[in-house]
Amino acid sequence: MPDVLLEATGVAKRYGAVAALRSASLSVHAGEVHALMGANGAGKSTLVKILTGAVHPDSGFIQVRGEPYLARSPAEARRGGIVSVYQEPAVIPDLDIRSNLRLTKTPIEPFRHWLTELGIGDLDLSDMARDLPLATLRVIDLARALAIEPHVLMLDEMTAALPADLTERVLHVIGNQRGSDRCIIFISHRLIEIAAVCDRATVLREGETVGVVDITEGSEQRIVELMLGERASDTKARQDAVRSGAATTEESKPKLAVHQLRVGARLKDVSFDLRAGEVLGVAALEGQGQDELFDVLAGSRRPDGGELLVDGVPVSFRHPADAIRAGIVYVPADRAEALLMQRSVRENVALPYVAGVRSWGPIAMADEATHVNAAVQKLQIDTRAASEVRQLSGGNQQKVTIARWVAGGVQTMLCFDPTRGIDIGTKQQIYELVRNLAAAGAAVLFYTSELKEVQLACDRAIVIFAGRIVAEIPVADADEPTLLRAAYDLPPDVPMPEEVAAGELAAEAPAPDGFAVPDPRAVGDPGSAGAGPAVSA
Amino acid sequence: MAQMRRRAQRNSWTLALLGLFVAMLAITYFIQPRYGAAQLQGLAIGALPLAMAAVAQAIVVISGGIDLSVGSMMAVTSVTAAVLMKDQPETFTIVAVIGILVLGLVLGIINGVLVVVTRVPDIVVTLAMSFVWAGAALVVLHTPGGGSAAWLRDIAKGSIGSEWIPSALVTLLIIVGVIWIPLRRSGAGLALYAVGSNRLAAFRSGVPVSRTKILAYMLGGLFSAFGGLALTATTGIGTPVPGAYTLLAVAAIVLGGVSLAGGRGGIAGPIVAVFVLALVRTDLTLLGANSNLSTVIQGAILIGVVMFGSLLTRRRART
Repeated sequence: MPDVLLEATGVAKRYGAVAALRSASLSVHAGEVHALMGANGAGKSTLVKILTGAVHPDSGFIQVRGEPYLARSPAEARRGGIVSVYQEPAVIPDLDIRSNLRLTKTPIEPFRHWLTELGIGDLDLSDMARDLPLATLRVIDLARALAIEPHVLMLDEMTAALPADLTERVLHVIGNQRGSDRCIIFISHRLIEIAAVCDRATVLREGETVGVVDITEGSEQRIVELMLGERASDTKARQDAVRSGAATTEESKPKLAVHQLRVGARLKDVSFDLRAGEVLGVAALEGQGQDELFDVLAGSRRPDGGELLVDGVPVSFRHPADAIRAGIVYVPADRAEALLMQRSVRENVALPYVAGVRSWGPIAMADEATHVNAAVQKLQIDTRAASEVRQLSGGNQQKVTIARWVAGGVQTMLCFDPTRGIDIGTKQQIYELVRNLAAAGAAVLFYTSELKEVQLACDRAIVIFAGRIVAEIPVADADEPTLLRAAYDLPPDVPMPEEVAAGELAAEAPAPDGFAVPDPRAVGDPGSAGAGPAVSA
Repeated sequence: MAQMRRRAQRNSWTLALLGLFVAMLAITYFIQPRYGAAQLQGLAIGALPLAMAAVAQAIVVISGGIDLSVGSMMAVTSVTAAVLMKDQPETFTIVAVIGILVLGLVLGIINGVLVVVTRVPDIVVTLAMSFVWAGAALVVLHTPGGGSAAWLRDIAKGSIGSEWIPSALVTLLIIVGVIWIPLRRSGAGLALYAVGSNRLAAFRSGVPVSRTKILAYMLGGLFSAFGGLALTATTGIGTPVPGAYTLLAVAAIVLGGVSLAGGRGGIAGPIVAVFVLALVRTDLTLLGANSNLSTVIQGAILIGVVMFGSLLTRRRART
């Protein structure tokens, strides 16, 4: 029986009428990577916040190494060796990295060591935090947490928006912590990551711990069942229904055509047709030009070259309002970029239709109300907290961003990673919604960082690498390994570093250097893997 | 019924302020039993210029900016109006008043365009412009002087119908009602809130962000001009150095429930807040408090009420 490092029992926390945690328990051992699983709103984040002292529990008992423990602030928890890394990195944008480290009294040398482990050892510490990509900052945050040698390290969905290559590095480093004297509590919506690095999983549902699962072959299904309760089988059935509804639309003419589009330094030459009634998946590692592509299509940015045609007519967008008028609407990954968080659902849904100068006249209240109600019903948005959108859960917020466009009858929708950080149930609803939009004749461009979504929601997929389209894959073949290979611009028969690592994990004998010294087959041509994403060193 | 309750809940801050105002009226009556219709009229007249300034500031702040030139724009419009109207026939003064309102719009547009085009922070642009307008006001009229048309004075002074209904209050409600209510229910009104709440989201939703900001400053200029006219109407002369209206307006909107971060609040709250602030001053005078001390107390009350409000909000979020 290994040592119990941290044990929490009967932890409860209410926010007003809402019980965020009813009775959560968690017991972790030294040397394990422990997954904390649950749908959005199950209470994972609240539990993490309680353990790090950011939130005070109403009741419950927490022990660390057999001693009663209650942190009154994150700083106190940190001194006690309990640290958390969140999805949003806690760095001050206007300070350089060195000053940020000084702020948290992080020793530099260990920090350097972990940076190297995480594959960004060449980072210049005098860089301003605001000049670094978000993904790099997340990794810096992790390195900073590791550098103080914590007893318990909590990672709250930190891989949610990390590009595939960095995710791999992070998972590798986490995997190496097994058998050490610390424990890592790992929160992720991605079951594949859980399967790759975790020993056990504690599953929360509606604020209660509903089970602890040993991670073995096939335990994913068990976790999903626990997370969803009786809804699991239902979701499965719906998933099948969604896929069978996918229509082939080879004959219909392009709704949106992109010819040799060039934007900034990242997007070099991209051409594709998006047809009415189809969902076109876009897969790419972070920073391959997909952000620029979507910005241009949504009218937020002007291209440096190339042509856009809507229904065969060349267009040029100066402002998102132009794109919206041409029937092209944008759903970003980050809800905070799309919603007025302090305003009501009604205003958020109505905004795009009354905002343009031409419609600055009086709002027809009755029309607006029908409009909004129809959208809310269609998407099953829980509007109990209708007075301010920020009170809604992440999933419901994302539904509002989609609802506002659906309400107006969408012609072309650009979805940029629309399910980021959303629970499985709501993800299903979003796939279904996207399919229904396409079935109703809309064209959808669907970028996702979670490659398995391509087969769940799309009709075909294009893969962008270094600013160019490197592959077009029909949905039947667009499984995760194929897409990932294409995203790395690797030929189909070369195994991925991930597979090598997974093989090692399966053999329970991770080499100390991991895939830095892999099977020679894996990187027969070091150039092809090394020249890949900008951040992988 | 449920809708009424929801409406009351959304305006709970304004309603609570209104309650505070009524309670303070009762206290005033308790302190000075002779406080009656005439005094109420005086209160409304005294509060009119600041109320206009608060509305100007509220609109700009709701759209995510801040206008430190409200007081100076009031000075310019006040003295220009006084100079134009002195000893002039009635028809000319009507044209002059309309001209002053147009002047306010133009001053506001200048602020807005500078903010949008230069991309210098709002606070810097409007601070600089406040010096420009303040100087211009002194150029127009070096010492208080000029005059006001009789009809303009009548709008602001006296009472309408019953002696308990001050015409200054009616004027205020009509002007604000005619401009703000239709605006709030229009796409432009929503755009103001949208830009203040989340600029990027508004942009992505197709809101013309620059034009919306200019609109906000333009309305700020218009209401500053109303404030300047109110100064001239209530005092009968033009005032080149009118006092700390800019910062008092900021205090009033904060007390009135407008978020300085933008996107939240309304117009009714700030107006009630102006009356609360004016009544506090009256009460302190009635109590014979030293006038310097009463400023200290006013400041303390401002902080106290806002603190109490945020405490209540936090508690309500918890229970």
